[in-house]
Amino acid sequence: MGEPTILLELEGIIKEFSSVRVLDRVSFGIQAGEIMGLIGENGAGKSTLIKIISGIYQKTDGVIRLGGQTTEIPDYITAKKLGIGIVPQEFNLINYLTVYENIFLGSELHKGLLLDKGAMRSEAGAQLKMLKMPLDVNKHVSELSVAEKQMVEIAKAMILDARFLIFDEPTTTLTAVEVQTLFDLMRKLKQKGVTMIFVSHKLQEILTICDRVTVLRDGKLVSVDRVEDLTTQTLAKKMVGRDFNQVFPDKIDSTGKPKILEVESLSSGSVIKDISFNLRKGEILGFAGLVGAGRTETMEALMGLRKAEKGSVRIQGKTVKIRSAKDAVAHGLGYISEDRQGKGIVMNYDIPKNISLISLKEKYLKRGLIDKTKEDEASEHYIKEFRIVAASKKSQLRFFSGGNQQKVYLSRWMDTDPSILILDEPTRGIDINSKKEIYEFIHRLAEAEISCIIISSEMEEIIGMCNRVYVMREGRMAGCLEKEQVTEENIVFQATGIKKV
Amino acid sequence: MGENKIVSYFRSFRFKDHSLGMAFIILIVIATFVGWPNFLKVRNLTNILRQISYTGIISLGMTLIIISGGIDLSVGSMAAFVGGISIFFLNLFGPTSTLGIVLTFLFALVLGSACGALNGIMVSKFKMAPFIVTLGTMSIFRSLIQYFSNAGTILSVNMDYGKLGSSMFLGLPIPVWCFIIVGLVLHVVLNHTSFGRYLCATGSNEQVAKYSAINIAIVKFLPYVITGFTVGVTAVMWSSRLNCINPSDCAGYEMDAIAAAVIGGTLMSGGKGSIIGTMMGAVMLGIINNMLVMGGISAFLQQAVKGFVIIVAVLLQYNNSNK
Repeated sequence: MGEPTILLELEGIIKEFSSVRVLDRVSFGIQAGEIMGLIGENGAGKSTLIKIISGIYQKTDGVIRLGGQTTEIPDYITAKKLGIGIVPQEFNLINYLTVYENIFLGSELHKGLLLDKGAMRSEAGAQLKMLKMPLDVNKHVSELSVAEKQMVEIAKAMILDARFLIFDEPTTTLTAVEVQTLFDLMRKLKQKGVTMIFVSHKLQEILTICDRVTVLRDGKLVSVDRVEDLTTQTLAKKMVGRDFNQVFPDKIDSTGKPKILEVESLSSGSVIKDISFNLRKGEILGFAGLVGAGRTETMEALMGLRKAEKGSVRIQGKTVKIRSAKDAVAHGLGYISEDRQGKGIVMNYDIPKNISLISLKEKYLKRGLIDKTKEDEASEHYIKEFRIVAASKKSQLRFFSGGNQQKVYLSRWMDTDPSILILDEPTRGIDINSKKEIYEFIHRLAEAEISCIIISSEMEEIIGMCNRVYVMREGRMAGCLEKEQVTEENIVFQATGIKKV
Repeated sequence: MGENKIVSYFRSFRFKDHSLGMAFIILIVIATFVGWPNFLKVRNLTNILRQISYTGIISLGMTLIIISGGIDLSVGSMAAFVGGISIFFLNLFGPTSTLGIVLTFLFALVLGSACGALNGIMVSKFKMAPFIVTLGTMSIFRSLIQYFSNAGTILSVNMDYGKLGSSMFLGLPIPVWCFIIVGLVLHVVLNHTSFGRYLCATGSNEQVAKYSAINIAIVKFLPYVITGFTVGVTAVMWSSRLNCINPSDCAGYEMDAIAAAVIGGTLMSGGKGSIIGTMMGAVMLGIINNMLVMGGISAFLQQAVKGFVIIVAVLLQYNNSNK
């Protein structure tokens, strides 16, 4: 054998969007059967590159060689026929169809003019079995969990015998345990000879699963290294282009401070049962657990966004009734949803309109009409404070990067002057620099005696930020960890219920 | 300083942002040629404005409904219903009562708002599809007024009522003044009040609005009430013009109202729209009609042209939003 064969080779790939160069002469090769990591900050060009490979975008210049042959990939269907599959970050599944119908979507099997449902069912079943995925092919996709939907995406990409599979930030919405399952699956695929590109923000994951790593920065290739030659530090340095110190600020100890929020046996439908917890003044409290453990639902019930049948809430010692989000805001509660695009930002609103959305009536009315000057001044203030990068404060939020959208979203809630701020997956899908800024911001809040609750599936984040962590499992409170008890091991044990601490 | 502002305005001027204004000007130029020399006569222009004012007033409320993500198909039937019942009410006061006219105007506004509220409750409280709800009430209002009128004309006995709809004030017909005033008020409501802000946010993404502590039930309810109110205004203007109502009057008003909003740039998917745009859209529809008449094109083809214009407007919206 000797030299490993190069399956896919990129040479001098250039991509321009209306004369802005987002990829600048990127060249590297991927060997058959390896897992190639692709890492870079938001805007580094990762997504653009994989979209070119999978035929969604067209390169402006450069050469793609597939198995030594110069290949044009004019569209997604051609890519599929060439054996290039993609597992997208945002799922392209149709909720009302079943698992097998989704797997065969766009490549249905026919018997004459009619669909051959029997054959599709059995082939989809065989495929899932081969991938060791415990899924019922007749189930509707709407009934599946996030991790299961991803399995369907993988099966869908594999059904046409893909020999080359691209994973676009597949772990963003998965919990630690689910990530392990995904990695096991990727190793299995590797044994079957499938070549993979794994795109991620997360350094540790890249080092765990990949053979080699390609780093992109500002549209240019920085390096291609074997993972054995890298550590998280060196990789982070390559990625941001400077020394990368500790991401997390020092922890804050708020033991002995007065309790600002006390929740007792909060229950809502079948999703959360008897949840009790408390929060101290100026504390950064963590909520850990698997996806679907009921953390988000707990906060929604607290915020009046979800009906709670039972339970009492005390704020600063006084029992309060919260029936709507409006009540919650009036009591100084703020909730930043994990679903920034679906529940957070008004995409066709500019910065001022987004920021003032909740505090409009309290702060920006003058004789019944909106005082736009005051609104603009407030947004100038937040743009400066959060270092929001925008062409103009009047541009619509849909043109912003994830990090900047998140900062605008944070500004909106800060403008309500909350005394308790709940942050649900506050750093999901944003680049490492913005992440660091958000951690520092949360730290500043706590120093200013504003209490924060962080829900996160990123173990490092919870462990790095919180002195006290509640762990939830299947809609119930599994336990509370404090100080040196807050370790990855303890959290996983409680979250999965494998072993008591 | 002032000059710089003007210069920078023209530098940043993009045709795409002003396509409606452009279309408006081009249309007037074409109409001037086609209808030369009659089109530009004050009498003709006043007439166009009068003709569009009836559906124009309703289209202002309709704009808010469409922004909220809904639709109201019942406005035409509702106008005939409110107009008819209002004349019954007016006739209680005898042939010369001025007080009767004032009270009837108020009565029509309240009745219209109540009819709108009926639609609104079903959409916001019972979470039914606006298309279905208003398709139902469209049929109900029409049927009721036919029943109450025994399918005949409902005549007003008040001798002064007719003046309300046919008089001029400062050179413009009263219904045109109503169109302008309601338009300005709703423009302020949409752009300068918290309700307007919440409305666009809710139409753009209901979940975002809910999670931003906005009471979406009320925000989705109110546009129907406001539209009912505008229907009340139109009902009075229309019925007072001829001093009677036919139970088949105002059919197809929903089409013109929706068309004006869409041509004016309101997104059918909700979340974005403009009252000034709708007012221009309504006037443009009037000019097109007028042009067709002057150009000697069959009246039967006018609806076809209108349909075509709506499709083109939506097509342009679609292309713009994809770029």
